[in-house]
Amino acid sequence: MTRFLARRLLNYIVLLGLASFLTFCLTSLTFEPLDSLLERNPRPPQVVIDAKAAELDLDKPIPVRYANWASGAIRGNFGTTVTGQPVSDELWRRIGVSLRLVLIGSVVGTVVGVVVGAWGAIRQYRMSDRVITVMSLLILSTPTFVVANLLILGALEVNSALGIQLFEYTGETSPDAVGGAWAQLVDRLQHLVLPTFTLALASIAGFSRYQRNAMLDVLGQDFIRTARAKGLTRRRALFKHGLRTALIPMATLFAYGVSALVTGAVFTEKIFGWHGMGEWVVQGVASQDTNIIAAITVFSGATILLAGLLSDVIYAVLDPRVRVR
Amino acid sequence: MSEQPNETVAEYQFVSRRTLVLRRFLRNRTAVVALLVLAVLLVGCYALPPFLPHSYSDLNYEALQQPPTPNHWFGTNALGQDLLAQTLRGMQKSLLIGICVAFISTTIAATVGAIAGYFGGWRDRTLMWIVDLLLVVPSFILIAIVTPRTQQSGTILWLILLLAAFSWMISSRMVRGMTMSLREREFVVAARYMGVSHWRIIVRHIVPNVASILIIDTALNVGVAILAETGLSFLGFGVQPPDVSLGTLIADGTRSVTTFPWVFLFPAGVLVLIVLCANLVGDGLRDALDPSARPAPSRTRKARS
Repeated sequence: MTRFLARRLLNYIVLLGLASFLTFCLTSLTFEPLDSLLERNPRPPQVVIDAKAAELDLDKPIPVRYANWASGAIRGNFGTTVTGQPVSDELWRRIGVSLRLVLIGSVVGTVVGVVVGAWGAIRQYRMSDRVITVMSLLILSTPTFVVANLLILGALEVNSALGIQLFEYTGETSPDAVGGAWAQLVDRLQHLVLPTFTLALASIAGFSRYQRNAMLDVLGQDFIRTARAKGLTRRRALFKHGLRTALIPMATLFAYGVSALVTGAVFTEKIFGWHGMGEWVVQGVASQDTNIIAAITVFSGATILLAGLLSDVIYAVLDPRVRVR
Repeated sequence: MSEQPNETVAEYQFVSRRTLVLRRFLRNRTAVVALLVLAVLLVGCYALPPFLPHSYSDLNYEALQQPPTPNHWFGTNALGQDLLAQTLRGMQKSLLIGICVAFISTTIAATVGAIAGYFGGWRDRTLMWIVDLLLVVPSFILIAIVTPRTQQSGTILWLILLLAAFSWMISSRMVRGMTMSLREREFVVAARYMGVSHWRIIVRHIVPNVASILIIDTALNVGVAILAETGLSFLGFGVQPPDVSLGTLIADGTRSVTTFPWVFLFPAGVLVLIVLCANLVGDGLRDALDPSARPAPSRTRKARS
């Protein structure tokens, strides 16, 4: 297992390096970070422009630029933005913001999705199963940016019906938040609910669909009948034997789910005004900043690969047949 | 569904697989309705605009931010443009992109998956490594960088090519897995010993046997591709103004979603309807082509790998 993981990890590092190289080349070829200076009126003197170009390494060939960037990146220094701020500081701050969303979203999404899907399978073709099936298909067909807006519209109704500002939908905190730690926490929670729910909803729908199918597959198998015949209660047979087996394929799904969440976070953060990685993507492309995009590439690539690794480990924990290898 | 076994047993010898699949699909009423709706939407969005009183670019200064009226069925936006005409225009773009991307990406997936699975060895390792790489590369960012820089007329073409280039990877892994299990089957081995060339075996024996998964994949990919395109356009990285797609329309609506909800609700509703129908058709095709994939409590399904 250790050797398998080590080889896997090495492959991941090579992939990550190559992905960042490709992105770096593409951005260096297409971005013109000097535009903001050149388009200024009156145009700044050529000396200033040349100095900026030298500062941004633009006078060197792209492979050299990448080598400079990569040697810094390995040591945790991702260079500076076009305007001169260090990328690393911003990166860590934004990762903190995004991780809060993505982590809570994926945990809530997976757990609720699995429970809902298993519930649907146990009550196959009853009313609750039909409602769950229709709802999950509907949610899967709705893009994140539509879900977010519909939730905002719904929250607005709830707020005006209750007469208080129960749900907040802009930013992470209120700018005028006052009071002690408790009031601050409540304020943050009020802001957290809608974006997290937006992200979680899609994973709930996805997981419940697959979990329902996997669970139905398992429920028809002989070992469940054996377990029941040996005198286990229905509940015990379903949860101890059925659910555990049906969870195995979900491990693979989890890896793909995380990468979908990272993309979904772009829309969620943009609509709810959170200053996380997703919003940074849009800003980085708009301000033509190679270093920002390269840093994001490393982050999103690492997240996807780590999720893949994690799903392999979960797979091995759940499925004894894999461990034999 | 309960009368199905008797029927199929009685007629099995006389019915070709194609007829059988068609009959199974037609029996699934939801999928048929979804296919009809999709067809109506596709024809409607191209056929309807010439008969409408307003073009998608017309500005009506006497009707700014108007709720739906008999003159403007979907209302108007802040510039006084008719939202019905705009939504139809957006549908044209989104449907065109979705369908093209689905076909191209499934073709790539079939080719790569069949080659990797059939030949194995270094070809398999190289292709699967490329798949891994493309899964790690942030496709969303790359497309967002390239598309706004393309010429106005070529934007749609570039979007189609780029979206297709980044959406075939997972399906190709499925095709590869199925091909690997087909490779050692008797009919393939027999063909090989009869001297049939490798390419001919792939085209004549492998691809028809994975056709069901390819058809399902195409249908489901239409929805995925439309979601990707509208997502990019929503952020301003896809279809560029003055042209519109459902994504740019929804982005317009988002800005005033709490005050003028119809600007958001109509394009969003159409988008959800399209993707929902594409998914329902895909599910219906899956049930018709591969009845064993439908979870039947009495049957044990062997996982293919």
